[in-house]
Amino acid sequence: MASVAARLDVRADFPLLAGGVAYLDSAATSQKPEPVIAAIDSYYRHSNANIHRGVYALAQEATDLFEGARERIAAFAGGETAATIFTRNATEGINLVAYAWGAQNVHEGDEVLITHMEHHSNIVPWQLLCQRQGAKLRYLHVSEDGRLSLDELDEVLSSGRVKMVGVAHVSNVLGTINPVAEIAARARAAGAASLIDGSQAMPQLPVNVSEIGADFYVWTGHKALGPTGIGVLHGRRELLEAMPPFLGGGDMIATVGFDSSTWNELPWKFEAGTSPIAEGVGLGAAVDYLGSLGMEAVRAHERDLTGYTLERLTEVEGLRTFGPTDLDHRGGVVSFEIQGIHPHDLAELCDREAVCIRAGHHCAQPLMREMGIPATARASFHVYNTREDVDRLIVALQKAREVFEL
Amino acid sequence: MDDFYRDYILDHYKNPRNFGTLEPHDLEHHDVNPLCGDELGVHVVVDEGGKITDLRFHGQGCAISQASASIASEELIGMKVDEAAALDADWVIELLGIDISPTRRKCALLSLKVMRGATTGDASWPE
Repeated sequence: MASVAARLDVRADFPLLAGGVAYLDSAATSQKPEPVIAAIDSYYRHSNANIHRGVYALAQEATDLFEGARERIAAFAGGETAATIFTRNATEGINLVAYAWGAQNVHEGDEVLITHMEHHSNIVPWQLLCQRQGAKLRYLHVSEDGRLSLDELDEVLSSGRVKMVGVAHVSNVLGTINPVAEIAARARAAGAASLIDGSQAMPQLPVNVSEIGADFYVWTGHKALGPTGIGVLHGRRELLEAMPPFLGGGDMIATVGFDSSTWNELPWKFEAGTSPIAEGVGLGAAVDYLGSLGMEAVRAHERDLTGYTLERLTEVEGLRTFGPTDLDHRGGVVSFEIQGIHPHDLAELCDREAVCIRAGHHCAQPLMREMGIPATARASFHVYNTREDVDRLIVALQKAREVFEL
Repeated sequence: MDDFYRDYILDHYKNPRNFGTLEPHDLEHHDVNPLCGDELGVHVVVDEGGKITDLRFHGQGCAISQASASIASEELIGMKVDEAAALDADWVIELLGIDISPTRRKCALLSLKVMRGATTGDASWPE
């Protein structure tokens, strides 16, 4: 267990939390610290202009802010700046790869391999790709304790038909931290590319996409203390250069003729239209903030809260948790159910105590089916959560059992 | 007693009436609330005069969606199919007798949506 001293004390940096809510739904979206809100506010008050084209000083200032954010975001994630592409969210990053890379590299008879613990965003784009190309979508199973099997991975890869392996770095339901570097290496050895969905990982773990070595790594800003409307795709440069564009329009071109065009260089080749400029600036402030806390400290904080939550939940009668029990393999997400109370009713009753938890299938219906349950309740953490938030959750759950006369 | 999870709501949730399947049946529909994954199906037996003589809901969901199905089932049996087809959202909300917030409205309406699917073939959300 992480020591008490490892815990962060930054709740006061998050204006929304002054309202007193115990916000335990950061796996859905995180709250925003003052510096992020201030950066967006300041951008619109003092620096707003369209980027990349304007000759005047203000346009250059906006461009510098946006491209400066890209550089810091790339450095934060351990990626190369030119291969760090801004998208709308992680979903768009996965769709970009499934379309632009998929059309050239996945053909009839090929296979795309994902896992039963994927979010719908890392399932549906591959389903659509496989339908378009006549390829087969395969899944790795999830064990009772929420883990993937590398042996099963090897077995499926041995067919030689797998062209892409897509896997979540951290499961949004089970909290499982998957061995993504190992998975990417085994995929490459078998001639397959890899895409890691880092939506849940980048906000809470020290992540270095170059060290992980996957061909593509996507994440989203709003779960990492940044604004909505901006996500990131880190790609292997050779692959990105060989890929056709995803969306066509302004900014992604070098020249436009009547019948055809030539493409801008990376990363702008994949950024058609006016970019989410304020959102990029805001995400830059978010990674600065996370960097100032230190991602090791963020991880230690979340690990402490996860361990404390798992421990305290054992006090609630009829409660069952899902996912790995070993905190080394688990991020800051705890899914659970209470016998006799549907998760929706739990979430409603927690809300009465100003405790925000999620209830439902968490956009992971195949996993729910695999686990044989229709839905779970889920508490998830970020840097602003405290042990007191968890204590309030336990009280709310006990009260819920009373209301349901259990 | 809780104002929302009233005793009769909890009773219908824990001991749902007319719950299960019916074979053979004349009408059926199965549906989901995509927001939460709750599932509900219905089997309906209709006599020659177009009257619902028996009905069973089946599936899983929260206390509100289950209680709504259970309470509605008691009203629906004995009703004409075309009467059942014409029921609107207010009918089921009133039957439940509790304040339904916008976030729980679809939980309350799922049983009627399923019933409309069975009786009219149009399983759009009731207005």
